[in-house]
Amino acid sequence: MRIASFGIFILLVFGCGLTALAQDDPIDMVESEIVLPAPASKVIALNHKYDIGEILDVSWESSTSDPELVFGYIIYRSEGDNKFDSVGAVLSKINSFSDEELIPGKSYNYQIGTIGASGVALSEPSEPAIPDWELFNLEMWNIALIGFIICGAVIAYIFSAKAGRKLFIRKIGGLEALEEAVGRATEMGRPILFIPGIQDMDDVQTLAAITILGKVARVVADYDSKIMMPVSRSLVMTSARETIKEAYLSAGRPDAYSDDMAYYVTDEQFGYVAAVNGLMVREKPATCLYLGAFFAESLILSETGNSIGAIQIAGTARPGQLPFFVAACDYTLIGEELFAASAYLSGDPKQLGSLKGQDLGKVVAMVAIVLGTLAATLASAWDIEIMQKFLDNVMLGIFSNH
Amino acid sequence: MKRTVPLLITGIVGTVLIVSVLIPPAQSLGEDFSLFFDIIAVFAFFLGGGNLFRIHLKKVFHRKEDYGFSIVTLVGFLVTLTIGLFKIGNPEGISGSITAAGSGLQTIFVSIITPLSSTMYALLAFYVASASYRAFRAKNREATILLVSAFVILLGRTPLGMMLTGWIPEQFSIFQIPNLAVWIMNSANLAGQRSILIGVGLGVVAMSLRLILGMDRTYLGSDK
Repeated sequence: MRIASFGIFILLVFGCGLTALAQDDPIDMVESEIVLPAPASKVIALNHKYDIGEILDVSWESSTSDPELVFGYIIYRSEGDNKFDSVGAVLSKINSFSDEELIPGKSYNYQIGTIGASGVALSEPSEPAIPDWELFNLEMWNIALIGFIICGAVIAYIFSAKAGRKLFIRKIGGLEALEEAVGRATEMGRPILFIPGIQDMDDVQTLAAITILGKVARVVADYDSKIMMPVSRSLVMTSARETIKEAYLSAGRPDAYSDDMAYYVTDEQFGYVAAVNGLMVREKPATCLYLGAFFAESLILSETGNSIGAIQIAGTARPGQLPFFVAACDYTLIGEELFAASAYLSGDPKQLGSLKGQDLGKVVAMVAIVLGTLAATLASAWDIEIMQKFLDNVMLGIFSNH
Repeated sequence: MKRTVPLLITGIVGTVLIVSVLIPPAQSLGEDFSLFFDIIAVFAFFLGGGNLFRIHLKKVFHRKEDYGFSIVTLVGFLVTLTIGLFKIGNPEGISGSITAAGSGLQTIFVSIITPLSSTMYALLAFYVASASYRAFRAKNREATILLVSAFVILLGRTPLGMMLTGWIPEQFSIFQIPNLAVWIMNSANLAGQRSILIGVGLGVVAMSLRLILGMDRTYLGSDK
């Protein structure tokens, strides 16, 4: 038995060896006919602009071989010791690659391998390149300039108001009606419903809603009315509670405050809508305030509020939802009015000054629109080259996002 | 102290987030602050869940009006939480993905939450009809313009628009209802939307400055 096993083993070993030898011949034959694709050329590695010194951009000229026979490129990197390791691969139509997570200040060389049916053809190595970082993103100069002008104007008007200069701020109907709406609810003995949208505290509209809540809660505390605030985000609930609590404290009525005034319902959009609609139908609030970021639920909420006869004030910065609020609510704060509400309601000259500062931004926008429209009309209707250049170089240079 | 710390945090984080757009080395700080928010939001979720449970339990315990709804909420909350936490019915077991096909949580989502959400969303169709009826009544000049625009767009989005005005010669094709609808949407409507967005952008800048400079403290409860 042992002898038989040994015999089979010997046979297998020899069999494998013979098979390998038999296969060696054709491979040798093919190797003699191997034609590698033409390698990529002009490999250049450059520092990636405006990063933190961790990226190099590698580019090359594609292989001159038949594109159908080139499957792609492998990017090899060396850290100056001529030992090239693969760091990525791209398809044959692409001739650039961004090598990320490098060490700033270190020197790197690159080689490109062109993948063909018969093997990989290596290019000449690139010149060494060093990833470096820049302090300022100069590509964003236009954003910085516009931001500087607008922020500067806002701050200048704040100081101007602080110095006692009288500023004219137009009346905002929705905000003028706020106190009246709370008063109406108090008279009717019914609660006030405050909905701060369905986004979290990282949305500026929710933040705007919370700042308005502070004012509303203060009036509610003064009038000894009742506020209900179901929310769809836990963080909004905690912020809202703090805001309402502080408002009651500053009104001198801490005893009237309850944690149940602001409570969490669900993050699920339509689950939240169902809960709020049910609450509206059961509790019949006299005043409904919808201020913040809203989506498809805007009309469902405001139509339900309309059906129970509540006075409704809405405000959002989402243009898509504004028509629904305009159709269903008594007052709507359109876009910027939502963000202006807190300053407007405070009556503080410094805060009102910031509203005035926005106007300079509007002037810049209006001038740009008029100039751009004129230049585009002249360039296309009368084929005036200088206008086209003005559009391409000046207007797009300043107002496009790089 | 209670006010100074939040004001300092707001000022520093706000400034860093603005500066990180222009200064590449500060970019990672901006990303880190966004991550901090996510971490805080996760912890706040426990507060939210706890609050939901407490409020509805109190309502049931005190037999308050409509406490039946609270029972439904509590049962739904606890059942979903248990199935999700212990991955009950998960074909891949406790170590499997929470969203694995056929798992208990996935079944709840597909069989209960999705149909209920769709039902709520479907209500929108009826609300759009009732709101449109009120908005489109030609009671003044603006409402009349709104009515006419809406009528043109409604017709333009249906084959009837082309059937009615398809005979208009090519050189006056702008007056064909489908083309008029496209013009209203792409020119008049878009211009209006963009003007609102410009105002929103400026409003955000002014409000952010008020918060960063600590002038608007209403989010802390009072502006003192």
